[in-house]
Amino acid sequence: MKYFKNFFAFWYDFIVGDDWTVAVGVAVALAVTYAVARTSVSAWWIVPSAVVVIFPWSLWRSIRKG
Amino acid sequence: MNAGALFLAVFLACAVEAVEATTIVLAAGTARDWRSALVGVGAGLALLAGIVAALGPALTAVPLRDLRLFVGALLLVFGLQWLRKAVLRASGHKALHDEDKIFREQLAAARAAQTRKIGLVADWYAFTLSFKGVVLEGLEVAFIALTFGSNQHDVPLAAVAAVAAVVAVVAVGVAVRAPLARVPENTMKFVVGVMLISFGTFWGAEGAGAHWPGSDAALLVLVPSVAAFGLALVAVSKLCASSKAVSEDRASTTREVTTPA
Repeated sequence: MKYFKNFFAFWYDFIVGDDWTVAVGVAVALAVTYAVARTSVSAWWIVPSAVVVIFPWSLWRSIRKG
Repeated sequence: MNAGALFLAVFLACAVEAVEATTIVLAAGTARDWRSALVGVGAGLALLAGIVAALGPALTAVPLRDLRLFVGALLLVFGLQWLRKAVLRASGHKALHDEDKIFREQLAAARAAQTRKIGLVADWYAFTLSFKGVVLEGLEVAFIALTFGSNQHDVPLAAVAAVAAVVAVVAVGVAVRAPLARVPENTMKFVVGVMLISFGTFWGAEGAGAHWPGSDAALLVLVPSVAAFGLALVAVSKLCASSKAVSEDRASTTREVTTPA
C-alpha cells in the first residue's frame, strides 16, 4: 500500500507539480477547445487566452504563499 | 517547427537539468567515493535509456492528433511551472538557484552519512545519491526530448540534442571540477519555459481539433508573444516585490517610532 502511495505521489508531483490549478486550467482549456472545434466557431484562441489567465493566477498564488 | 527550434528546446532543457545533476554527482564523488558515484550515474542513465526505449516506439504508434493533444497538455503544464519559477527568481520573489550553496549542502550531508557496502557497490550512499540525482533530473528531460521528437518525427535529432547538452555540461564540470555556478541557469529555464508553453499551446489546440491561422507560421507569433508576456510579468512582479519591501520598511519604522522607550 505504501509503495502505491509513494508511486502515485511521485507521478502526481512530477506531472501536476506544486500548483494543481495549472493542470486543471490546462485540462479545462483543452476540453473547451475540443468542444468548440466541433462547431463552426474558430477554436484556436481558447488555449492562448487560458494561458493569459492561468499563468498570472499561478504566479500570484506563489507570491502570496511566499 | 524547424529542426533548429527542436534542437534548441531539447538542448537547453537538458543542459539546465544536467547542471543540477552534475552538482549532485560532484558532491557524491568528492565527499564519498567516485567509483560508486559513477556506477550510480551509469545505472541512472541505463534506467532513463530503458524508459526512452520503451516509450519511444509506443509514442510513435499513437495517432498524431491524439499524441499532440496529450503532449500539448503535458508541455503546457511543465512549461507553466518552469516559466513561473523563472519569473519568481528573476523578480526576486525566490532565491536564484545557487549551485555553490547546493554543492556545499550536499557535501556536508554526504560527509555525515555512514558508509555501507552492498554487492559490488563500495559506498551505497554515493551510489544512491548519484542514481537519484540522474534519474530525477533526467526524467523530465527524457519526456521533453521524446515528446518534441515524436511530434516532429525526429526522435534521433532530439536524442542528439539531449546527449550534446549532457556531454557539454559534463565536459565543463570535469574541466573545472566544481559546480557550474556561472551558467545562466534561470535565463535558460525562462527560454525553455517559453518554448514549452508555445509548443504546448500550438500542439494542444491542434490536437483538440483547432486550426491555427497560418498553420505552422502561428508559432512565429506564439513564441515571441509568450516571451514578451513572461518578461512583462517579471517587470510587474519586480514592482510588487519593491512596493512590498517599501511598505514593510515603513511599517517597521512606524513601530520603532510609536514603541515607547
